[in-house]
Amino acid sequence: MDPLLEALRLITSGDVYVWDVIISSLRISGLALAVAILIGLPIGVGIGFSKFRSRGSLVAVINTGLALPPVVVGLAVFLLLSRRGPMGELDLLYTPLAMILAQAVIAGPYIAAVSLAAAETVPADVRLQARALGASRVQATLLQLREIRASLVAAVAAGFGAIISEVGAVMIVGGNILGETRVLTTAIVTETRRGNFEVAIAMGIVLMGLALYVNVLLLLLGRRSPRRPVPA
Amino acid sequence: MTADTAGGEALISARGLRKDYGSKPVIDLEALELRHGELLAVLGPNGAGKSTLLRLLSMLEKPTSGRVLYRGESGSGAEAKLRASSAVVFQRPHFWRDTVAYNIGLGLRLRGVRRGETDQRVRRVCDDLGISDLLLSNVVSLSGGEAQRVALARALVVEPDVLFLDEPTANLDSEARLDLRTDLENIARRRTSGVLLITHDRNEAFHLADRIAVLRDGRLVQVGSPADLYEDPADPYVARMTGAELTISGHVMAAEGRTLTVDADGVSLSVVGRVEVGEAVKVAYRPEDLILTPADGALEESSTRNLLSAEITQRKDLGGLVRLRLAGPPELVALVTRNAAEELGLDAGVHVRVRAKATALHAYPAAGGSAPSAAGPDDDGAAASD
Repeated sequence: MDPLLEALRLITSGDVYVWDVIISSLRISGLALAVAILIGLPIGVGIGFSKFRSRGSLVAVINTGLALPPVVVGLAVFLLLSRRGPMGELDLLYTPLAMILAQAVIAGPYIAAVSLAAAETVPADVRLQARALGASRVQATLLQLREIRASLVAAVAAGFGAIISEVGAVMIVGGNILGETRVLTTAIVTETRRGNFEVAIAMGIVLMGLALYVNVLLLLLGRRSPRRPVPA
Repeated sequence: MTADTAGGEALISARGLRKDYGSKPVIDLEALELRHGELLAVLGPNGAGKSTLLRLLSMLEKPTSGRVLYRGESGSGAEAKLRASSAVVFQRPHFWRDTVAYNIGLGLRLRGVRRGETDQRVRRVCDDLGISDLLLSNVVSLSGGEAQRVALARALVVEPDVLFLDEPTANLDSEARLDLRTDLENIARRRTSGVLLITHDRNEAFHLADRIAVLRDGRLVQVGSPADLYEDPADPYVARMTGAELTISGHVMAAEGRTLTVDADGVSLSVVGRVEVGEAVKVAYRPEDLILTPADGALEESSTRNLLSAEITQRKDLGGLVRLRLAGPPELVALVTRNAAEELGLDAGVHVRVRAKATALHAYPAAGGSAPSAAGPDDDGAAASD
């Protein structure tokens, strides 16, 4: 049978192994993305909107984070969580939590850097004008963010793209344990090695489809503008 | 320093207000009030600190020292009250990427006004300003004039107690400027308790304001009604702003009360002012206050103290008026009606007699209050006469 057709059959027939890996991938990368947003977005936007003395060096640090090789992040998290590491007692190595931590470290700088660059484009007096319109401090910040919502969505998409397709770090800290820490990328590696090309291709298709789907979804969300007409 | 504290119920008052950027004071004034029911114009050249003053008076920015009061109260409570019951129209208003309706209704939504009421009020204010057809347009498609109308609608829709206007007409062409000025006069004034207008355009200030505060280098030079400023300008700067010329320089030879005898390039002039004998002075006069007659004509009896001979060196037609440059000494600029110029044959090369009342010539110490070199494109002696 054609391996491509077999791959499509595996996906559409609801193969337990394939779907188990898909769901693991989404759960781990989704949670990692949430953590990265919670930390990266406020940092990026906060630095982008403000001016202070050591701002330049902070921006440099964040941009350096973009260039971190994921496999090195994996190594660092591994050393951190390994039995003799500073957080060894928590016994987190080879658990989904370890993978979430590693992926959040990879995605965070993407989200921070893109949202920082976007925030810098908002003119300084937008906040002042929002305040003059009667906005509270929180409302004024939201009105500033409204001006760059498409870029913020792009920041999240960039972060997601960086982790869903990443293999080195999750392999090191997750260990590719079947039913626990095996995700799409590590499964592809394993199945290719075993010669199970149909399964590897099936997961490759899902991975590409997922990346495409999430990016399109996020782009549409960013473009949506509430054009509520005033009835005449 | 000029202060302004007298009379009237104050909506906004500033006391000992100072704002430094670095170590340099950008604003430094003793007192200024926006009174109930008035339109106060803050008039000054670019870089005088006008916009900073607006941000301080609207409590959008904190002063380095001093206080701003809203209806007699200061502090964060007053700031919150002022935020809720004031609006600002900026020179370059920021619009959020959306429809005109969204932007006009923004202030109401921020105040938690219900959706139905917001829609109603947005429609009403747009009807009043004649921009109902723009409601569903995207803000990026607005022309300059439309944008300022939308900005004015956005300010008025919250029914502000105090309206702050920061050079609202500065970026508009002359027609849009006149239209917006009419709206400011007819709609903005009537619907608010007081308006503070920041402008560098003296015509606009004299046209719209009940009182004008002249600001230069962050300090108040003079505060008063347009008539006060016109009749008794505090210094050459204000004089120039009200359309006076400053072509005469000289020294005070004698003083008798307010009347001074000034030697200007060998010619003796009777002027008014408060300057010590021996001091160097600049003499300000309005070109329209000089009375010209041809030199070969009969000399009429007149009570005017000053009679000079001069030759017209340049004639410039300004529509209904004619501006003449005269070689003295001293050098002079005169403004006559077109009819008078034709009747008397006033043209370049013609010798004339120039008469001026002593009270039309104001002497100021030459050292203090330097005159602005250029007061803008409208600077053709027609200031405050429209």
